[in-house]
Amino acid sequence: MALPIYATTGQRIWHYTYLLFCGFVLFFLVAPLVAVIPLSFTSSPFLNFTPEMLALKPEAFSTRWYEGLFGICNEESNLSTMCTDRWVVGTKNSFFIAIASTLLATFLGTLAALALSSEHMPFRRAVMALMISPLIVPLIITASGMFFFFAKVNLVASYPGIIMAHTILGIPFVVITVTSTLVGFDKSLIRAGSNLGATPARTFFKIQMPLIAPGMISGALFAFITSFDEIVIILFIGGPDQHTLPRQMWSGIRQEISPTILAAATILVILSILLLTTLELLRRRSERLRGLTPQ
Amino acid sequence: MANGTATADGPLLTADGTPLKVSLEKSLRRARLRAIMLVAPPLLFLVFLFVLPIGNMLTRSVDDKLVNNVFPRTISEYEKWDKTSEAPESFFVAFRDDVLAADKFDVGKASTRMNYEEPGWKSLVKKTARKLKKFEETNIRDQFYEVDKRWKDPKFVLSFGTMKDERTLGYFLNSIDRKYDHTKSVIDVDEKRKVYNLLWYRTLLVSFIVTIACLILAYPVAYLLATLPMRISNLLMICVLMPFWTSLLVRIVAWMIMLQNNGVVNDTLVATGLLDDENRLAMMYNFNGTVIVMTQILLPFMILPIYSVMKTIPPSYMKAAQNLGATPTLAFLRVYMPQTVPGVGAGCILVFIVAIGYYITPELVGGKDGRLIGNMVAYHMQRSLNWGLAAAMGTILLAAILILYWVYDKVVGIDNMKMG
Repeated sequence: MALPIYATTGQRIWHYTYLLFCGFVLFFLVAPLVAVIPLSFTSSPFLNFTPEMLALKPEAFSTRWYEGLFGICNEESNLSTMCTDRWVVGTKNSFFIAIASTLLATFLGTLAALALSSEHMPFRRAVMALMISPLIVPLIITASGMFFFFAKVNLVASYPGIIMAHTILGIPFVVITVTSTLVGFDKSLIRAGSNLGATPARTFFKIQMPLIAPGMISGALFAFITSFDEIVIILFIGGPDQHTLPRQMWSGIRQEISPTILAAATILVILSILLLTTLELLRRRSERLRGLTPQ
Repeated sequence: MANGTATADGPLLTADGTPLKVSLEKSLRRARLRAIMLVAPPLLFLVFLFVLPIGNMLTRSVDDKLVNNVFPRTISEYEKWDKTSEAPESFFVAFRDDVLAADKFDVGKASTRMNYEEPGWKSLVKKTARKLKKFEETNIRDQFYEVDKRWKDPKFVLSFGTMKDERTLGYFLNSIDRKYDHTKSVIDVDEKRKVYNLLWYRTLLVSFIVTIACLILAYPVAYLLATLPMRISNLLMICVLMPFWTSLLVRIVAWMIMLQNNGVVNDTLVATGLLDDENRLAMMYNFNGTVIVMTQILLPFMILPIYSVMKTIPPSYMKAAQNLGATPTLAFLRVYMPQTVPGVGAGCILVFIVAIGYYITPELVGGKDGRLIGNMVAYHMQRSLNWGLAAAMGTILLAAILILYWVYDKVVGIDNMKMG
């Protein structure tokens, strides 16, 4: 990529314009997220950088929006309707729903991936397309369909209903990631296991699962973040008391946009960085285990 | 699996004496059965909670039983009427009988449906139904006229013509700004009430602009990532993946800070003197907002497939081309670019598919003229409760997406879909 020393002036200009352009695109991707973080520490209730903040005056910064987020309301922030315990309750609910649906999605998705990786699977392509379709069908259509169906079977505004709906959205990720880990899987290992007298269950847990675990975990992470971040389905089939974190953000954005939302956003950005790091480490581990070129 | 032992004559036998062919078939059957058993729980889960509910919802787009169930006699009297003269007495008798015989709740639902066909039906039915019980047995028609003059207006009675069948394509026509007249021939809706064609057009336009914008922004970056040394490119990759992993709502909030009237972008432009304080750019709560935010959100979907294809192109090809006398530009255009076409195709279809069904982003940042068809589906699902129309629009949207999905499968193969 580096410019050769014999490059002409034209080539140099072109090269640096190109790098500038790429820099701009990467900036475009990341800048908004980075801008959220300092602004969440503002002491003013408005969503823009005040001159005091830019001058780095200490009184322009505060953690009052974080206090509001955790339900610690002092008199001043009590005026704001955003200071409720709903953020805490919502986070708990989101974790509960996300963990439950992730476990279910990982279980079902892994079963599907195991079956789809077998060359004896009839209608392989069609089943695969079906398994991935929740990713493709617009959420608004999925949510509408589930709304009518869940209303019929009395699952609207219930946790089982929401968990099952989120499981549907999580399955494609697990299927994709586990299938791609199974591509490099050596089937003779299973035969060796059975030859040595292990039951199919034992061979799965002792041999296959440790090897496909990175795929399962990264699929599970995708499923988790999908559920944790999901808003359309919860708007359609969630009851009025079922606050989740995205729902709280949604109503915050629609009603009164205060820096409390930025505080929540900052925490979520940090969470996503942690998840990203985990995933990257898993990917490296998986490639090392399967003997692919380490990157 | 099966150990073949050859005997002098006859077929190959396995250790336990069965022919090899039979034994192999048996083991093949067992493998297939095992695969089916494994796939059954997730498949059933998906079919019962995803495929069937959506299919069921989509059937609402053609379902028009409601009016038939409540007004059977009225409709059969309507059929007998010649449609040119004044509606006969028998029609009004039938209408009265139907309303009195039906459940009050059902009449309400049916009148809501009738209101879509001819605005005013709902109030007319409600007003009339209240007084029906006190009607005298003679001159029913005149008593109807007495309750409300609108009964004299033929457009109300005639609108039964569009609702008389149990199946209708009316909702599909509505979703492209057409409707049935009373003889069930297709006509345009009033100029003032046309909204949907504009929305379809805007949805396609936004998806198209976003796809092209993503492609223009993604291609150079993907090339940079693919050609830089691994150490640096992994670092830059984090910039691409971080938005991908951040909550959608967080990204929308972040853009609100950037793009609002006194947001970061406008403030910076004003501070640097590029822009006057009075004419700050309107980039939020309008068409621009939708396009900018959707482009940023969907950009990783474009970068990743192009990057993964570029990764597989050996750098020696470019060197060979230049060795054979091509200029770097020509080598890039004739040798490198054609090889990236699968990645570009995959990225474009993926971005387009996701963009066309977008709902949350336009709802929050689109304002009035940045709304897309997804928002209309949500509006009819939750507010106006015109579920038939919502289902019809959903069906059209889904059909378009499934066609693109099928193309994607042909071009890329779903098996090759990679995450992260």
